[in-house]
Amino acid sequence: MSQKHQEDLLHIRSMMERSSRFISLSGLSGIFAGITALIGGAYVCVLFENYGIDYLTAERRVYNIDLIKELVVTALLILIFAVSFGVFFTVRKSKKNNLPVWTSSSKNLLFNLALPLFIGGIFCTALLYHNLIAFIAPSTLIFYGLALINAEKYTFSDIKYLGISEAFLGCLSLFFLGKGLYFWMFGFGILHVFYGIILFKKYK
Amino acid sequence: MGIIDKLNKNFESRVRLGIMSVLIVNDWVDFTEMKALLSITDGNLASHSAALEKSEYIEIKKEFVGKKPKTSYRITNLGRVAFKEHLNYLEKLINAK
Repeated sequence: MSQKHQEDLLHIRSMMERSSRFISLSGLSGIFAGITALIGGAYVCVLFENYGIDYLTAERRVYNIDLIKELVVTALLILIFAVSFGVFFTVRKSKKNNLPVWTSSSKNLLFNLALPLFIGGIFCTALLYHNLIAFIAPSTLIFYGLALINAEKYTFSDIKYLGISEAFLGCLSLFFLGKGLYFWMFGFGILHVFYGIILFKKYK
Repeated sequence: MGIIDKLNKNFESRVRLGIMSVLIVNDWVDFTEMKALLSITDGNLASHSAALEKSEYIEIKKEFVGKKPKTSYRITNLGRVAFKEHLNYLEKLINAK
């Protein structure tokens, strides 16, 4: 009898978890998003070299308009590739586990992730508008970190730690303006790959 | 008997426990999602949800999205209280052993 009750409790617990958290998020998404960021970041380094700007010294904080256009296009391409990889591997994982993708938990996850990111996007656009280029990389890290912390309730709680790392890294990079690209590559590249591998191994 | 009498007969079935567990942590959940979560058949879900509605533990909403009918479920306050009591009894039973 008490065996049955124990099983009942286990069942209740697992149903609560399954219905409120989106568990099909794939670690591979993180790994590929990280690689995309590293390639994009490397491309930006090449761009700087071509324009004869040393990002490390960053004496010329006002960049010319062509370079900024190229940077924005590169950033958008990185975003599109990273998100596509994320969606691709996540959908693949849900199909493999026979779980639906578009559920209330995945909607909650997306909404809670997107809201801080959207606000951060407006914030960074304003920075670009005022030519405060050096603040953009730290801001993207901070807003992305906060978005992950916000979305943690709706998926694996591990992403909370990724969020905290990203947000702190962003704060730290505020003290090293001009080296933002390297912090950005570390945060969006290395940390993504690192946490992607952890998630992948843990929830395979 | 004592404590055993207090176990809610409504929650004897796994399916009903499942429905209640899902609804206690979510707002409206629709038929297809619930079916997938519990991995049960249409008829099974329909009969158990109807029984829970009869006890006024859940609310059933039927509406049309375009031309398709859509059924969604939500827990009632009575259901929330009853389910929490049931959980407490289960816990007591296990601890009393």
